[in-house]
Amino acid sequence: MDHGARLLVELGAVVLGLGILARVASRLAISPIPLYLLAGLALGEGGLAPVVTSEEFIEVGAELGVIFLLLMLGLEYSAGELVAGVRAVAPAGVVDFALNFTPGFLTGLILGWGVVPALFLGGVTYISSTGVIAKLLDDHGWTGNRETPVVLSILVFEDLAMAVLLPTLAVLTVGGSTGGAVLTVGLAVGAMAAAIAFAYRQGDRFGDLVFHRSDEVSLLTVFGVTLLVSGLAEGVNISAAVGAFLVGIALSGEAVARADSLLSPLRDLFAAVFFVFFGLSTDPGEIPGVLLVAVLLGVVTAATKLVVGRWAARRSGVGPAGQLRAGLTLVARGEFSIIIAGLAVGVSGAEELPALAAAYVLLMAVMGPLAAKIADPGRRSRAVVV
Amino acid sequence: MPRIEETPLPGVGLRLDFTADDGNRIGVVHHRSGRKELFVCTSDDPDAAIVSLNLSDEDSHALSEALGGSTVIANLNDLQQRIEGLAIDWLSVDAGTPYAGRTIGEARIRTRTGVSVVAVIRGDQPHPAPGPDFQIEASDTLVVVGTPEGISSVDEILTVG
Repeated sequence: MDHGARLLVELGAVVLGLGILARVASRLAISPIPLYLLAGLALGEGGLAPVVTSEEFIEVGAELGVIFLLLMLGLEYSAGELVAGVRAVAPAGVVDFALNFTPGFLTGLILGWGVVPALFLGGVTYISSTGVIAKLLDDHGWTGNRETPVVLSILVFEDLAMAVLLPTLAVLTVGGSTGGAVLTVGLAVGAMAAAIAFAYRQGDRFGDLVFHRSDEVSLLTVFGVTLLVSGLAEGVNISAAVGAFLVGIALSGEAVARADSLLSPLRDLFAAVFFVFFGLSTDPGEIPGVLLVAVLLGVVTAATKLVVGRWAARRSGVGPAGQLRAGLTLVARGEFSIIIAGLAVGVSGAEELPALAAAYVLLMAVMGPLAAKIADPGRRSRAVVV
Repeated sequence: MPRIEETPLPGVGLRLDFTADDGNRIGVVHHRSGRKELFVCTSDDPDAAIVSLNLSDEDSHALSEALGGSTVIANLNDLQQRIEGLAIDWLSVDAGTPYAGRTIGEARIRTRTGVSVVAVIRGDQPHPAPGPDFQIEASDTLVVVGTPEGISSVDEILTVG
């Protein structure tokens, strides 16, 4: 077979395999992320059936996956929600960061990785999975619950924190002078403030300008603008992911409501490719060596999220059962942990990080929803109509 | 009527809820996608929804119909019965109106005349309780409530500005 044919066959097999895994995940009512990661591990070097020809394509696809994940995340929030969300939970958001970043950071230091890789591990354990949690709230019918705004506001806080954390980490990987690093982080924070201010004033107009009644025009325009800004952001070391997030925030207004149906299929495709790629670039042989650490870290950071959720819910006047639900809901980690770990590839001292992050996310993406089930015992009263 | 509380749900939409007479919390989550989720909580755990139903647009219309129509209409009937000197009128917007494509807020109807626009009928489609950012189009019909004098001033505003 010539190269082109091989590429198509290999890619087709991978994507079809992902389709089957997504179906299995949907049947089991779990997040597909752990299955995608496992598939990547199986297909990578040292795995069961290494892919060779399509690796380059998958790498580009993975980059698009990160961009789509962050663009859609930014689109989900309006500027008003971001500001109000941060105000509402600022103390809880800070406690959340302190309690969940620290275990990862300390573990990295204890393992002797050095400060920079340890910061990455802190990021991995800090951020809860917006995707897994959104699905979980929906599945349990908890969207109307009184603790839910608290949970969502903490997620908003984390997402904004990530927009500062990503460029900080990106700068640290590049190295260079302290002055340059401060400048880049300042640039990132400034760009975010500018994007939020822009969304307040011009977001609706920008939304109307970009979105068109033709889906084709809208898709090409949004995609083009996002890639351009992401590329520029990457160029100044703010990281492409943050660029895409800023575009998502800056776009608002009614037209954006359509973005969901337009962009989610692309996000689902490329995000799946991204998780596979992360698995591909992780050596499965290293996982047994870090498994114990991943489990310990999982137990500790499940407990710390529980503490944060319960405390934040109690502050908002939610009762004990709701406090428990808020805490357990926040346990799930997923896409953002992998994005942060993905940034660390090639950082010296962080050789074990991909394997540890993969094992950790495999655990937490499964354990989070299971933990939440504890707080929903058999949905006992679902059938009781009031 | 109990007060309906609005709570924004970042990334999801808006929650509207109220506490019913028997202590149960009842509410609707308006998802960004347009989906509506009806939920009920009991007084044992007022934080958690024990029933939650997903409703399509048609479903929610059917449900509100089954419950006895929209509150706007109910309130109207109430007003009509209690207050004398209050008129309800259907004003059609002529093609030559200076407000075609502009919003109700821009026409400053309530400020200038004290009259409220309670609904706009466009074609066969009623738009109850339009906000100030609702755009008026030529050939709309505005359902207005106010004093008879106020309503004739609104008619004048819509025709000549």
